[in-house]
This record gives sequence, C-alpha cells and structure tokens, in this order.
Amino acid sequence: MDNTVLEFNSVTFSYSGPDNDTKILDSLDFRVQEREFVSIIGASGSGKSTLFRLISGLEQPSIGEILINGNYLTNRLGHVGYMPQQDLLMPWRTIVENAALPLQINSYRKDEARKQVTALLDEFGLSGYENRYPGDLSGGMKQRVSFLRTILTGAPVLLLDEPFSALDAITRLSMQEWLMEQWEKRKKTILFITHDVNEALYLSDRIFVFNQTPVHALEEIKIPMKRPRNLKDLNRPEMIALKDRLLDQLRLKVKP
Amino acid sequence: MKIWREYTLTISLLFILVFFWEVTARIINMAFILPSPTAILVKLWELKVVLIAEHLPATLLIIFIGLAISILLGVGLAVSMNQSKIIEKAFYPLIIFSQMVPTVALAPIFILWFGYSIWSKVLVTVLITFFPITINTYDGLRSGSKELKELLLTMGARKKDIFFIVNVPTALPHFFSGLKVAVTFSVIGAAIGEWLGAQAGLGYFSRRMMTQFDGAGVFAPIILLSVVGILLFLLVKWIENKSLKWRQSQ
Repeated sequence: MDNTVLEFNSVTFSYSGPDNDTKILDSLDFRVQEREFVSIIGASGSGKSTLFRLISGLEQPSIGEILINGNYLTNRLGHVGYMPQQDLLMPWRTIVENAALPLQINSYRKDEARKQVTALLDEFGLSGYENRYPGDLSGGMKQRVSFLRTILTGAPVLLLDEPFSALDAITRLSMQEWLMEQWEKRKKTILFITHDVNEALYLSDRIFVFNQTPVHALEEIKIPMKRPRNLKDLNRPEMIALKDRLLDQLRLKVKP
Repeated sequence: MKIWREYTLTISLLFILVFFWEVTARIINMAFILPSPTAILVKLWELKVVLIAEHLPATLLIIFIGLAISILLGVGLAVSMNQSKIIEKAFYPLIIFSQMVPTVALAPIFILWFGYSIWSKVLVTVLITFFPITINTYDGLRSGSKELKELLLTMGARKKDIFFIVNVPTALPHFFSGLKVAVTFSVIGAAIGEWLGAQAGLGYFSRRMMTQFDGAGVFAPIILLSVVGILLFLLVKWIENKSLKWRQSQ
C-alpha cells in the first residue's frame, strides 16, 4: 500500500544572499502518508517555515523534487492548503467573505460560495457571525475562520504554521481538541509547525525534529498513543519520558 | 447633541475670534480694507440671489469637472505605476516635479492657452488636486501585506486576483484621504483660476468687488467658497464611512 501524499526526494534549498547562500535543507528525504498528522518542531530559524514555503510552492528547491499525491509538479501553488501563523483575515471582508476566499479564487459563483461557507459555519462555532467583521471576533474565533478558509481550498494536504501560538493557554487547549475532531472528520493530512512540545505530542502521529541547519536528516518520533486521545493521556509515564527526551533534544539546539 | 459637545471648543474659539474681528473692524472703521463680520453677512444676504444663482454654479462646475479629471488621472496614474516599474520610474519624479512649479504663477499661461473658457480654470484645479489623489492611491496600492499576497498565491491566485482582492481594498482608505485633501484644494484651485480670468464664478466676483473697493463684497463670496469646501469635505467623509463600514468594528 502506498498512500504517500507528500514526498521529498533529496531536496536541497538555499536562500541566496548578496554575499553567500544560506543552505537551509540539505538533500532531505521524507514521506507523509494520507490522513497522517505530522508535527514539525525545532528552534526558531531552523527552517520549519521554509519547509512550508517549499511544499506550498512559494519557493522552489535548488535540487531534488517534491511530489504531491505521487505527482511531480513544478507549480504547486493552489495544490496544498496553507494556514499562516497570523490569521491574515482581511478586515474589510465579512466572515463569510473571508472564508470564501479560496472559492472566489477558484471562480465559484458568489451565491454558491456563500452556501458552502454557511453550511460549515455552525461546526466552526461561527454561526451568527457570518456578516460580522474580523474586528468583532476573539483570537480563537479568528483562527477558526482562518482554518475554515484553509479547509475550503479543498486541498487534501494542509500546512498549519503555528496556528495557535498567539492564543492564551485555555483557548489553545480547546482549539487543539477541536482541531483533532476536525482532522478526523475531514480526513485530511496535516503538517503542523509548533514550538509547543505538549501540543505536538497530543496531536501528532509523528513528530519531525529539525535539529541542525542545514537540515539533512529529520529526527522522527512516533507517538505511541491510540486515538481517540485525551489530554490526560499525556500524563502517562511513557509520554512523560518521550516529552523529556524531546525537550532535551530541543534544549541542545538552543545554544547561548 | 453629541456633535455639538464635540465641537464646543472650536465654536467658542471661532466666536471669540469673530468677536475681536468685529470690534477691530468697528474701531478701524474702513470697510473697504477690513469689513466687519456683520457687514459681510449683510452683504452676503443682499447678494444671495446673484451669488447663489449665477456665480456659485459656475464655480461648482469647475470644481466638479476638475475633480472628476483628477480622480481619473490620479487613479489611472497610480494603477499604471503600480503595475509597471517602467511607468513608475518615468512618471513618479515628474509627478513630484509638477508640484514644484508654482501653479499660481503658471495660471496666466493657461488663460493665454484656453482663454476665458472654463478649461483654463479646470486645468488649474486639476494641477493642484491630482497630486494628493495620485500619491495617496499609489502608496495605498503598495501597502498590501506581503503575507496576505503569498497566502493568495498558495490558493492559486493570479496577478489579477491579488490586485482586486488585496491591493484595491487596501488602497481605498488611502484614496479617500487623498480625495479629502483634493476637494479642499479644488475650491482654492477654482477660485485662483477665476481670479485670473473669468466671466462668472465666486472667485471672479470677489476680484471684481476688490476693484470697486467693496471689502464686504470681497469677503462674501469667500465665505460661500469656504462653505462649499466644508460641504465637499463632509460629502467625501460620508461616502468614505459608507464604503468602509468595516472600520467601525475595529
């Protein structure tokens, strides 16, 4: 069985500077299976966001190839769903208009797009807010609109770049539970960047640790927790041991 | 009356200034040099028919034609410069330079070119009003967030999508700021144009009264011009609030 939805074949990538090039990825290989939840964890500046820019097609690899659903595409733009760190909702658009953005770009008729968005609002805890503006919403709600917008791209692979980092701890927990439900229900593959070890352990099937720059080999950790999961499962001894191991690894990276 | 409370200080100050003006004017007692505010108001009342029926429409026509051309020209230039680096490089310095030229000094040449027709006045108006519209709109078009544009790209957006979804809405508030400056300038532009050569209009009337040493007659159309400027400004502000409703939720 091969359900690989995303594949990196010895991908090398450098940012070219005025004086010298900065190598971020060095012949990196990995695969992500369909309906997997993979978290990517690593110190700031370790190239996590670059990885997303490559997958989404905003950047092209210097060497190597990126396969989506087994196809090698030079123009990957429009093939994966990307949810940025800031919600990037347009303040001049209502909630429905913001969420319908990918539909608008794919030339859906306005009423058709509206219908699709409205059908999902309830599940995203946004009913009653369809004609409000982002300025009226709390941080958690804005992230839900942003996630809804990402879902509506229709892409099977979603890239979430620290989506909850700006939220307070309590909102964050409920958003994590909510995201897990949505992921299971919508049968998506999710790649998830985070700084938060607990978040990564709770949500993921696998964790990729970015441990050196340029990234050559990913340290990969499988999470031995059955689904459906409970936040309390994180208190089990093997999970605590895993967390300590992860934290130790990350601590090594952050050298003074 | 929220508006009343908000402007209490302004109105009080205005009253004090007008009061001192009245007193000074009465002490000096030379109406052809410094007419008193009451004398101006009386004059305005006396001349109301000829000013409002004959000269105001002439000036308004210049203002509206001038503003319409400025909006088309300004937005057109801003969009072209936003779309093409070559156009930007060629035009931007010239647009700045056009504002270094003293328009008031140039105006007589426009009279030579276009005579006493409306176009000499329109040209003066355009020359001073297109600038704030162009520059503000241009800056607005550039101020769209890079992250947002990249997000649209990941959704498969084309250049056209990004322009209409990101650039135009972010430019709109800037455009309105430019337009607010432009409408107040337009009144000045029209008046200067008429001053230099016209057969009707508030600016023309004011100048004619000067040759007759009628101080109050000079001021009366100016009061009317200021009112036009204020009303135009409020009109733009009203349209702005209507079209940028989302700002109330910020």
